[in-house]
Amino acid sequence: MLARVWALVIKEFLAILRDKKSRFVLIGPPLIQLLVFGYAATFDLNHIPYAVYNQDPGYASRQLLGYFQGSTAFRQVATVTDEGQIAPLIDDEKVLLVLQIGPRFTEDLLRHRPAPVQVLIDGRNSNTATLALNYVNSVLLRFDQRWAADHHWGKPPAQLLVRAWFNPNLLSRWFIVPGIVALLMLVVTLLVTGLSVAREREQGTFDQLLVTPMTPAEILLGKALPGIFIGALEGTFIALVAVFWFGVPLVGSILALALGMLLFLLAAVGIGLMISSLAVTQQQGLLGAFLFLVPAIILSGFATPIANMPELVQDLTLANPMRYFLVIVRGVFLQGDSIPELWSQYWPLAIIAGLSMTAAAWLFRHRLQ
Amino acid sequence: MAVTTEASSPLQLRAVVKTFARGKDAVHALDGVDLEITAGKVTGLLGPDGAGKTTLMRLAAGLLRPSSGSVTVLGRDLGRGAGSLQQAIGYMPQRFGLYEDLSVQENLDLYSDLQDLDPKAARQRQQELLELTALGPFGRRRAGDLSGGMKQKLGLACALLRAPQLLLLDEPTVGVDPIARRELWQIVDALRRQGTTVLMSTSYFDEAERCDEILLLNAGKILQQGPLPHFTAPLRGRCFLVRHRGLRRRLLREALQGRAGVLDARITAAGVRVLSGQGQPSAQPGEEWQAVEPAFEDAFVALLGRVQEGGATNASKTPEQGAVKPAEKAIGRAGDGDTAVVEVHDLRKCFGSFEAVRQCSFTVRQGEIFGLLGANGAGKTTTFRMLCGLLPASSGSLKVAGVDMRRATSAARGRIGYVAQKFALYGNLSVDQNLAFFAAAYGLRGGHRRMAIANAREEFQLAAYGAVNADDLPLGIKQRLALACALLHEPPILFLDEPTSGVDPLARREFWQRINALAAQGVTILITTHFMDEAEYCDRLVLMSLGEILAQGSPAQLRQQARTAEQPEPTMEEAFIRLIEEHERVIRRAS
Repeated sequence: MLARVWALVIKEFLAILRDKKSRFVLIGPPLIQLLVFGYAATFDLNHIPYAVYNQDPGYASRQLLGYFQGSTAFRQVATVTDEGQIAPLIDDEKVLLVLQIGPRFTEDLLRHRPAPVQVLIDGRNSNTATLALNYVNSVLLRFDQRWAADHHWGKPPAQLLVRAWFNPNLLSRWFIVPGIVALLMLVVTLLVTGLSVAREREQGTFDQLLVTPMTPAEILLGKALPGIFIGALEGTFIALVAVFWFGVPLVGSILALALGMLLFLLAAVGIGLMISSLAVTQQQGLLGAFLFLVPAIILSGFATPIANMPELVQDLTLANPMRYFLVIVRGVFLQGDSIPELWSQYWPLAIIAGLSMTAAAWLFRHRLQ
Repeated sequence: MAVTTEASSPLQLRAVVKTFARGKDAVHALDGVDLEITAGKVTGLLGPDGAGKTTLMRLAAGLLRPSSGSVTVLGRDLGRGAGSLQQAIGYMPQRFGLYEDLSVQENLDLYSDLQDLDPKAARQRQQELLELTALGPFGRRRAGDLSGGMKQKLGLACALLRAPQLLLLDEPTVGVDPIARRELWQIVDALRRQGTTVLMSTSYFDEAERCDEILLLNAGKILQQGPLPHFTAPLRGRCFLVRHRGLRRRLLREALQGRAGVLDARITAAGVRVLSGQGQPSAQPGEEWQAVEPAFEDAFVALLGRVQEGGATNASKTPEQGAVKPAEKAIGRAGDGDTAVVEVHDLRKCFGSFEAVRQCSFTVRQGEIFGLLGANGAGKTTTFRMLCGLLPASSGSLKVAGVDMRRATSAARGRIGYVAQKFALYGNLSVDQNLAFFAAAYGLRGGHRRMAIANAREEFQLAAYGAVNADDLPLGIKQRLALACALLHEPPILFLDEPTSGVDPLARREFWQRINALAAQGVTILITTHFMDEAEYCDRLVLMSLGEILAQGSPAQLRQQARTAEQPEPTMEEAFIRLIEEHERVIRRAS
């Protein structure tokens, strides 16, 4: 039995590695995606383009604008001298926001009166707008504190002292790069396994396999092991890049991460094989894999928090293996989790893996013809 | 430069060389071909696999450019400004690009539009073609639901929309049953009467004999060109029909094949046909020798056998010398051939409301070659898949070696060998890797496995191809590899699903010699085919049509059933057509 499984494993590897295209698919795209996502997928805003409409002749407004000019987060691209110029700038996406300072800004401040600053912001991308507004607020807060200190206004009654745990500088890269480990592992294993049975069905070799003494369990094992091996290799590689290239700290137990990877891979391979045994052609297999991938990524909490989703959809995410693995990866990387803290994530993964594997093995023989 | 007849020839090739790059090597698909086709005639293009037939067709259709030399079609050089020429050529590739989801009529409309035909004229032409191809009643049927033969006819109709002066047909009758084949030929004959020049490649000898001229291609070179007598005349006095009262034809053939002076011996309806090197070889007592007219098949074997002599694929010697061993077990288990190995009773299979197989019953005894014959879609492959346990039967019982394969243990499955349609091999694995994988899949180990693989490499002459990917093999070699893989574990029962489809004539006869040798050693063989001449190799066979068994028995019994006053000695092909037509008449009367 082991000899037969081993032969199938070797055959699978040969089939993948002897083909130039599939060899490239395993190495090229994941590497490119890793770099692209690692650098490009970030919630942090840099160089926000803005325009200034300053009607105030006084020195306070110049001081305030100095704060913006000195910040790397902002980049002034235009100076507005007339109200009519504002709309075109925002409409054409030349600037994200316009700071309008009224004619009495300095005067009001000197008289200890509230001095309004108007921010006109492009709300088309609500997420970016909210973030930019936060930045503007924090700049204004710094200006206020400085002004109060310089002009002896006394300290404000309550002060906010923020300390972010696990990610002290709130770098979004620390949040995203561990997620990429999960994302790319899922993509690669689904592609490897999602096509494997479908390819054989298309070429007729699957029938040939079914008439050999191999049992469905042996075929399943022989088909699953290469996927798990390749996925594990890919996952390890990305985790190493995350630590040594992107500088994301890995503070938790490596063993906990490895166990999570194994269970996640089992589930992903099971789903891949299930899709593959349903498909008649490779094209159907590929379509099926993507039909699963896109919702699986969106409903995983990779980019948007699951807690924000409608309750029904939240229930749906319970069937998504990536959801659990993301918790594990982020927990191990940033939170320093070890195995006991992650039990609640391990067992659902194991159940999904078991169910999908069983379904795949059953489908080998009983798929409707 | 222009010599008298040249101007009128619709297709001329001058010193044409076409090379393809395969990895680092350059393959000469055509190697210095000079030819011209006679206008208004049907020219048959024959040759083994990889001889360059399809390349020649594609060059003539203007789909490929020659590496050197010139191709002149209808008086114009294809190299320059060939665009307008496409309209005067009809080309039907091996698999015509029908849109399977469109109906017959929609396919015709689409191709009319693609060829920019005037709608009114197109309508009329379509009517003519629908009449010619007898597809009229099926105008609204989806092309994907047509039988293989009807698809070919529709493809041909699409290629004929513009009434081409030159028609190029690339193996139009491959995988097509005798009835559809006959209909395709009726179309070709009608075109010939209208003066269309036809160049068609084929692997059927009887089709070659119906052509006005024959072009024999081998390894990219023209071996011989001319009308049929050109080929057969030199063989006069070298062809014989041998009969033996006491001996079965298969044994007789084997005895004859080994005799000095015999180039080739093959089984036909009447007896064993022998091609000698010179004159009549010595006869043994009990044999009855009779001189016969040479046929094209004799010429083919004589010409190509000579070319390939000493090469790796010497068809006539292999099986007799290399003792194929797989059957030793089988012989040891049961001495005589009376044990039923496969029993099928009232087998039925439905796909939705469609009954693919119904009321199918037959028994196969040990050591028999049992054939399932039938048109495309007759239910042969479905029956096979049920026997191998790949499909559940809707009702009825079936037993292979005493068990239902659907519920068989893996040990029971180890007792059958299966060669699927189109030779299911791992395309990007090498020959050796394929062998190694299947050996392990069948549970062979250690020394036993090494020996099985070494034997297979030797017996099937695969050693020279060890490192070649299965996808890159010529079809004949693929077939050998598929058979080798299925025989690694020495199964006592062998299932072969259309193992000779698309394989060239020489590879086919080599294949049958192997099968005969296996059967002689006690292996039970079930085989499907739509080559009617191959039916003569079977001990017993069933004739299937539309999922039903029309007739069963020995080849002689089947031919007997179709005997009529005007056809006292029908060939298997004639018998097949007759039985099916009779059956269809019964069905029509019933409905």
